[in-house]
Amino acid sequence: MEGYLSLWDEYGARIMESFWANLQLTFWAFIACAVLGTILAIMRISPIPSLRAFGTAYVNIFRNTPLTIIIAFGVFVLFGVFKLQLSEDFQFNFFLIAIIGLTIYHASFFCEAIRSGVNTVPLGQAEAARAIGLGFLPAARMVILPQAFRGAIVPMGNVLIALIKNTTVAVAGSVAEISGLMKTMIELRADQGILIFLTVAMMFVVIVVPIGLLITSLSKKLAVAR
Amino acid sequence: MNSDHQAEASSGGPIVRLAGVNKHYGALHVLNNINLDVVKGEVVVILGPSGSGKSTLCRTINRLETIDEGTITIDGKTLPEEGKALARLRADVGMVFQSFNLFAHKTILENVTLGPIKVKGMKKSEADKLAMQLLERVGVANQAAKLPAQLSGGQQQRVAIARALAMKPKVMLFDEPTSALDPEMINEVLDTMVSLAREGMTMLVVTHEMGFARKAADRVIFMADGQIVEQATPEEFFTNPQSARAKDFLSKLITNH
Repeated sequence: MEGYLSLWDEYGARIMESFWANLQLTFWAFIACAVLGTILAIMRISPIPSLRAFGTAYVNIFRNTPLTIIIAFGVFVLFGVFKLQLSEDFQFNFFLIAIIGLTIYHASFFCEAIRSGVNTVPLGQAEAARAIGLGFLPAARMVILPQAFRGAIVPMGNVLIALIKNTTVAVAGSVAEISGLMKTMIELRADQGILIFLTVAMMFVVIVVPIGLLITSLSKKLAVAR
Repeated sequence: MNSDHQAEASSGGPIVRLAGVNKHYGALHVLNNINLDVVKGEVVVILGPSGSGKSTLCRTINRLETIDEGTITIDGKTLPEEGKALARLRADVGMVFQSFNLFAHKTILENVTLGPIKVKGMKKSEADKLAMQLLERVGVANQAAKLPAQLSGGQQQRVAIARALAMKPKVMLFDEPTSALDPEMINEVLDTMVSLAREGMTMLVVTHEMGFARKAADRVIFMADGQIVEQATPEEFFTNPQSARAKDFLSKLITNH
C-alpha cells in the first residue's frame, strides 16, 4: 500500500495531466467526428450519386483501416515527410494530428450511427416533407435528421465510448496521454505493475460507466413516439 | 376559403394533365398509357382493384413516383425532374397519405406551419394564425400543442389535410386516406373531404369508399391492370357500368357489404 501511495506522490500530477489529455482528445475529436459524420451521412442519403459514392467510399476506407495506422500515418507521413505544421508548439502539433486521426476514423462510425437512425424514420416522413415542397436539404435538416438523431442515441453513444478508449492509441502519435504514461510507470515501478494497470483501467471505467447510463436514459427519453 | 385555394390558378387549362404516361416495375406495366385531365374545381375519384395502379397514378402527380414516358403538367407547367423547380411545383399540390405521415417529432401546430414558414417564407405569427384557422376547420384546434402520436388516426388524418391546405394548393391528392383508419373514424375524415369538395377544391381521390364517390365525385375513373378502363359520372358508373372488369369489381363490392 505504501508503495502504491508513493507512486501517486511521484506520478500523481502526471497521471492527472495525462488523463486530462485523453479527455481533451475525446472532447474535440467527438465534436469534429459528429460534424464530419453527419455531413457524410447526409451525403450517403442524398439524391446525388457522386456524393453517395464518396460517402460510401469514405466509410469503407476509414472504417476498415486500423486507427493506429491512421494516427501513425499522420505523424510519420503528414508530419515526418510532408512537414505538416498545425502549431508552432511541437507537442501541441502532435496533439492536433491525433485529433485529426481520431476524427477521420470515428467519423465513419458516426456516419453509420446516423444512418441507422435514419432507418428508424419511416419513408413516409420524407415523402410528406417533399410533398409540402421541401427540398432535400431542408427536409433532411427539419424532418429526417432530428428524428434520426433521436433514434441513434445508442449507436452514437457507442461511438463516443469507443472514442474515449481509443484516445489511448494517440500514444502512437507521440501524445503524452495516459497509456504512454502507464507504460513508463510500469517500467520504472515494476513493483506496482498490477495496480498501475488497474488504476488506469478504473479511470476509464469511472468515465465510461456514467456515460453508458446517461445514453440509456436519453435514448428512452428522446425516443420519437409513433 | 374557396377563393383562397384557387387564387393562384391562372391558366384556363386543366389543373392536372397526364398525357401518355407509362411506368413499369420490371416486367409489370403499372401505368399503361394514362391520359387524364382534371379541371379546376373537379373532384375525381379513382376506383379499382388492388394492384391496378391507382395509388401509383396518384403519386406520380407530385413525382413521389417517377414515370418512364409521357408528360404530367400542373396548371400548365410541366413537372420538372428534380431540384428547386420540382419542390416549388410540389408546394402547389397537396398530398394526403394513407398512413398520415405527420412529422412525428413536431406538434400538430408545427406540422401545419412548417410548409408555410419554410417553403413560402410566411412569418411565424401569420402561419400560426392560418394553421389555427385550418385546424379549427377540420375540428382539431384543441389538439394543437400535442404530438401526432397522442391523436387518434382520424384526428391525425384531419391534421394531415390541414397541413396540405396550409400550402394553398391548386389541387389535393388523396391516396387512400381512410384505408388505415378504424371504421368509426372513417366518416370524420370523409366529412372533411366532402366539405372541401363542396367548397370547390380540385381533388383527385384514390379510395375504396363508394359512399364518398357517390356523394362528392364529379367523375369516377375505374382502373384495372394499369389502364383507365372506364370513366363516367358516379351515377352512371354505379348503376350502369360498361366494362366487364367494372361490373365484376362492383359485384364483388356488393356481395362484400
